[in-house]
Amino acid sequence: MTITILKPETTAQVTEAVRWALSAGEPLEILGGGSRRGLGRPVRAAHGLDLSALSGIVAYEPEELVLTALAGTPMATIRALLAGRGQHLAFEPPEGGTLGGLVACGLAGPRRIAAGSARDHTLGIAGVSGRGEAYKGGGKVVKNVTGYDVPKLMAGSFGTLTALTEITVKVLPAPEDTATLLLAGLDDSAAVAMLDRALRSPYEVSGAAHLPAAAAARSGVSAIAGAGGAVTLVRLEGFGPSVAARVAMLREELRADAVLGRDESLALWREVRDGACFGGVAADGPHLWKLSVPPAAGPSTVAVLRRTLDVEVFYDWGGGLVWLALPSDTAASDSAATIRSALTAGGHATLVRAPEAVRAATEVFQPLPEPLMALSRRVKESFDPKGILNPGRMYAGL
Amino acid sequence: MKMPVPDSGIIARRREIVEALRAIVPGEGVIVDENELRAYECDGLTAFRQLPMVAVLPGTVEQVSQVLKTCKAMGVKVVPRGAGTSLSGGALPLADGVLLGMGKFKRILDIDYANRCVTVQPGVTNLGISNAVAHEGFYYAPDPSSQIACTIGGNIAENSGGVHCLKYGLTTNNVLGLEMVLMDGTVIRLGGKHLDAGGYDLMGIVTGSEGLLGVVTEVTVRILKKPATARAVLLGFPTSEQGGDCVAAIIAAGIIPGGMEMMDRPAIHAAEDFVHAGYPLDVEALLIVELDGPAAEVDHLIDRVEAIARERGACYARVSTSEEERLAFWAGRKAAFPAVGRISPDYYCMDGTIPRKALPLVLRRMQEMSDRCGLRVANVFHAGDGNLHPLILYDANKPGELEAAEEFGNDILRLCVEVGGVLTGEHGVGVEKRDLMTDQFDEADLRQQQRLKCAFDPDGLLNPGKVFPTLHRCAELGRLHVHQGELRFPDIPRF
Ligand SMILES: Cc1cc2nc3c(=O)[nH]c(=O)nc-3n(C[C@H](O)[C@H](O)[C@H](O)COP(=O)(O)OP(=O)(O)OC[C@H]3O[C@@H](n4cnc5c(N)ncnc54)[C@H](O)[C@@H]3O)c2cc1C
Ligand SMILES: Cc1cc2nc3c(=O)[nH]c(=O)nc-3n(C[C@H](O)[C@H](O)[C@H](O)COP(=O)(O)OP(=O)(O)OC[C@H]3O[C@@H](n4cnc5c(N)ncnc54)[C@H](O)[C@@H]3O)c2cc1C
Repeated sequence: MTITILKPETTAQVTEAVRWALSAGEPLEILGGGSRRGLGRPVRAAHGLDLSALSGIVAYEPEELVLTALAGTPMATIRALLAGRGQHLAFEPPEGGTLGGLVACGLAGPRRIAAGSARDHTLGIAGVSGRGEAYKGGGKVVKNVTGYDVPKLMAGSFGTLTALTEITVKVLPAPEDTATLLLAGLDDSAAVAMLDRALRSPYEVSGAAHLPAAAAARSGVSAIAGAGGAVTLVRLEGFGPSVAARVAMLREELRADAVLGRDESLALWREVRDGACFGGVAADGPHLWKLSVPPAAGPSTVAVLRRTLDVEVFYDWGGGLVWLALPSDTAASDSAATIRSALTAGGHATLVRAPEAVRAATEVFQPLPEPLMALSRRVKESFDPKGILNPGRMYAGL
Repeated sequence: MKMPVPDSGIIARRREIVEALRAIVPGEGVIVDENELRAYECDGLTAFRQLPMVAVLPGTVEQVSQVLKTCKAMGVKVVPRGAGTSLSGGALPLADGVLLGMGKFKRILDIDYANRCVTVQPGVTNLGISNAVAHEGFYYAPDPSSQIACTIGGNIAENSGGVHCLKYGLTTNNVLGLEMVLMDGTVIRLGGKHLDAGGYDLMGIVTGSEGLLGVVTEVTVRILKKPATARAVLLGFPTSEQGGDCVAAIIAAGIIPGGMEMMDRPAIHAAEDFVHAGYPLDVEALLIVELDGPAAEVDHLIDRVEAIARERGACYARVSTSEEERLAFWAGRKAAFPAVGRISPDYYCMDGTIPRKALPLVLRRMQEMSDRCGLRVANVFHAGDGNLHPLILYDANKPGELEAAEEFGNDILRLCVEVGGVLTGEHGVGVEKRDLMTDQFDEADLRQQQRLKCAFDPDGLLNPGKVFPTLHRCAELGRLHVHQGELRFPDIPRF
């Protein structure tokens, strides 16, 4: 396929490009930073729409807790700007890429349990639909219920509805301090029970993860790698005196073995966020799956899978997020079926790392029940009736 | 405000429609008696009233599905209703429509502490959820002032919020799962007990959709552990600018209070006269800042907030030293609406959000408008997130005053949009702000929202006349204008 990449510099040019694609019947693959093209279902399009030139901060007012930027703005720029004012995106997005890519993927890190995900912080959007129409949705203030919450729909839509040109996000004060309680040697279900206890406490836990022995051994943080077995992690963040007080109380309540201070804590939770002990989502290696399940069902779901699959796992979100690594020679469509049939308590599974051929042949995202799929198709049509934007990225034919 | 002209053909078929409904919901579940229908003629926006053609009160999801399917087949409009506390006319009935009351859906289905969530039917009240888990020290965070009465189904439809929402989010940030019935009778489930629903975030669209996309029949919400302590500070300022500055400075210092509410002089006086909360009467702005969390954190932050307030010119500061005192601080704020009701025969409660920095300008312009139209205004608002609730005082018995109050209200909302804010922060668009939507959104924005509506309800039968100023047919919205042979982007860089 000849790949032409169009790199518009203005919204008007994005509109023009989409209108051309419509009239020519040529689908477009939307690119942000292009950092994660290897994830999700491959898009089959001869033309790319690179939005990285739509870059720059439009408005940032720390006291209003709001930042507006063009969608192609690198996350690194946004992070640095926010950090300068003691703020951050509270949902703990991964490094790299662009703001548009982040919202399109609808991501979040370990703070998901306390702070929500990208959808919870996306307040407003502007973009060009697959109809070649520039439009906007939401607003630029933190509290708004005017009309449908279109920005939320954009989060996790993987560029299949709209080429986003501008995004307004809610920003929050970054915690002054952080510490992590560490419990050693628990098996999966005891660990998740312990995380549940921590999350039931009034101490505002902002990270709750469990690394079984093999995952822990690969940590770059010496206290974790050197624990010689599984580690269970509970994170507390906030103002200094508050963190100190909560650490003391929760340490006592959970009988934690150790406490990691600020720097080790920061390094450790970056690893958890990025699935680093499995090599992260962007590298080669074992197939990587991300399961979202009711937290208490995490260990039992994994126990079922262990009976038939050669899996390595770790848990985040108090057990609600399970990362699975499978040897790269597993037949992906078989393992997909096995994994999904284990989700008896509800939830879904996404294949986040595998070679392109595998992703093209596997249902990367959880298949939807037919009525929901039909509705999703109608939603897609309402934005992009001709399937011009990222066709097939999420589901075949969508 | 004009509602769509009732379809006389439908009204003529009333008997047939009633019979079809009776075949689905037997006995007293179908209401046709005019006196009984009165109970539904309006919601919290009492200026607009309309008897529904018929009301139906289903008791099962299957019945809801059958009712919708039947109405769709007969081309009959449907207005869902929870407790009817909407302040924007969202539950206002239609003369040619069926009112679908969800009052029988009152059961708490599942309390799951291990997954920290509760599943309920939509007719359970907001407070009912918190009460059901209170003995375990849990609560449901979004707390609209109407929480004792309003239903979780209505909360989903309106994406309701309350004093807590700056820190804990609105309804949309606290819902995990939904079951809903589409207009064609299809029952779908979104999300569940897990985070991140998967697929398109349809739950995000349904939440706040004001009953236009589907009828919610089951809801799973997150519950949170109650903070260990809460303390409040009462701060008085000589000018509202200083009050506003103080709010910005607190946030700039990295503090997100559990609640941060502001009142202006008329509201302070009305509230103090009514509940004797001990408010200072010689200040222009009163700020209540509540901090919640572990005692060590709360003590630390209370000191910081007090120091910031002094720097920003506070002329009054009092920190609550007991739970009683904290509640007394709030008693005045919580009674502000009825308190204002005592000093005026009628009042009209507006709801718009502004960027906080625009507060001095907005207050000044509101005062000018007030002087011009001769109606007083009292202000109570969620200071943390810039959500204003101006209360316009009027007397409905004086000819023209209601209209003047509405006009004043519209001007205030337009002003909110003009300074970069939005038409509604929590009460919804409904019929009240419908015709102002074009002030915030342009045609393309509204067309795209209406196309979304078409994906859920292609015949436009669910709650029509609300939210959107113009009713478009889906066929017309669906048309795609493709211009063949346009220049192939001569000036877009290519690689
Ligand atoms: C299935 C999947 C799961 C992932 N899970 C994780 C994870 O768990 N942890 C992690 O760290 N990273 C994850 N990622 C990676 C994530 O994509 C990157 O962190 C980052 O968001 C990519 O930014 P980018 O700008 O380089 O996007 P790109 O790689 O350029 O694009 C990513 C997606 O966003 C779309 N997109 C980009 N810009 C826009 C725009 N302006 N408007 C509309 N659509 C746009 C693209 O079409 C594409 O579908 C995941 C990615 C995918 C596809
Ligand atoms: C004194 C007072 C104070 C208030 N304070 C606040 C506040 O602090 N914050 C706030 O956000 N709101 C507030 N409100 C507004 C109102 O209480 C909320 O909007 C509430 O969510 C409405 O719930 P309800 O059950 O009464 O819904 P209703 O008024 O019956 O209906 C509201 C809308 O929801 C739709 N609907 C209802 N049930 C369903 C369902 N099951 N499925 C689909 N659609 C449905 C209706 O069609 C309608 O459009 C206040 C109201 C009053 C009277």
